[in-house]
Amino acid sequence: MKANIVIVGAGISGVAIAYNLAKKGVKEIVVFDDNYLSGGATGRCGAGIRQQWGTKNNCILAKKSVEFFETAQEELGYPRDIEFKQEGYLVVATTKEEDIQFAKNVILQNSLGIPAKVLTPEEAQGIVPHLNLDIVTSATFCPTDGHLNPFKVTDAYYLAAKRLGVKFFYEEKVKEIIVKNKKIVKVVTDNYEVITNKVVNAAGGYAKEVGDMVGIDIPVYSENHEILVTEPIEKIQGPMVISFSKNIYCQQVPHGSFIMGRSDPDMPKGHNTDSSWHFLDEMAKTVVEILPPIGDLRVIRQWGGLYNLSPDRQPIISDVKELPGFYLACGFSGHGFMFAPMTGLLLSEIILGEKTTLDTTDLHIDRFKNSDFKDYEKSVV
Amino acid sequence: MNKKDVIICRCEDVTLEDLHNLLEEGYTSFEEIKRILRVGMGPCQGNTCGQLVQRELAKFTNTPINEIPTHKVRPLITGVKLKAIVEATKNES
Repeated sequence: MKANIVIVGAGISGVAIAYNLAKKGVKEIVVFDDNYLSGGATGRCGAGIRQQWGTKNNCILAKKSVEFFETAQEELGYPRDIEFKQEGYLVVATTKEEDIQFAKNVILQNSLGIPAKVLTPEEAQGIVPHLNLDIVTSATFCPTDGHLNPFKVTDAYYLAAKRLGVKFFYEEKVKEIIVKNKKIVKVVTDNYEVITNKVVNAAGGYAKEVGDMVGIDIPVYSENHEILVTEPIEKIQGPMVISFSKNIYCQQVPHGSFIMGRSDPDMPKGHNTDSSWHFLDEMAKTVVEILPPIGDLRVIRQWGGLYNLSPDRQPIISDVKELPGFYLACGFSGHGFMFAPMTGLLLSEIILGEKTTLDTTDLHIDRFKNSDFKDYEKSVV
Repeated sequence: MNKKDVIICRCEDVTLEDLHNLLEEGYTSFEEIKRILRVGMGPCQGNTCGQLVQRELAKFTNTPINEIPTHKVRPLITGVKLKAIVEATKNES
């Protein structure tokens, strides 16, 4: 088989890149994934769409992605509902430091056209009545943030890309990428050998390992982040409630169930995605403290998925100077789903040598060559 | 009986017609179907739909039923209230 471009990974980033390239007229695009549709990090994510970030890059990526999501149903021509619910994110502060930081974040967000605002605890309770005011010092709210169904959006991009001629191979692991004279020549999988000189690394939790195949050291690592879901009930909560100091995000999805997650500071690096009783205990304690009535809901399931963390918790969307033809979309640090429309657009522009919609200097892998890279994103659970 | 009236998944109200439509579209593994129709994601965790979906997949793909992979079983075995979990953590220490 021959291909103009091989994409490794058919999660949300891979399918979005494939779709954007195909839409720009690129033929013979092949996508490999070693799992089934949405079997990796995308299908395990918290399904949140947020524009309230602490760094300029993340704010712009998120805002432009929301603009796409608002028209995605028609643009991708998807027959099922992608379940885009824009009822906001309520970012809860519980300390003086967070009050100050979040107010600064809102100024940055507003300067970039994101309609976030600072709220008093009482105003926050007006939006989420079951919020425990004893622990809230202030909050910020952006009404155009929200929820989106990761399975459906991935499926929508996948179907749209397929209609444009992209070939997808699931349960097909890339074993080797052959490089000769600093040029990619071939991709070898379980069942295929593909002649190509362009490879996109959109391998999510396995991005570092795909980089290692061609001798490019990508400064990312993977870490298990756990989530649980409750039984569905009638709608009682519009926005996602999130707190960095309390280490929780929790939303009621359109289906009616509550999805919630938190990170474990002692989680070892690696590819384990097991569920733990420790998470269940800590998650239950946290959610009952911040949203007490949720304690009456039964937990139905829990699972884990991989964050692929970069040193500054912002994505790497770039080419690689040391190996022309090798492209990166990785290190999303838990937010690859919500940035995917921009990932797809920017990387397709980079690959085709077009002028990029945004300045991508600060998304380039080379920013980590200096240890003093500028912004670190603190607004991460 | 009309396919519209045959319930495959009681938790998520999925009918045999929904399932057959998705098979026709080309989704032929339990995990893929689960992600679109939510079969196996409800309170019973696939105890009802699991074998029914497996049987339909076997028929559609003309594969022996014992070769159709089942879906991933996840904790918890049964629904437990979050506040009950909190209470239990207090008794542990």
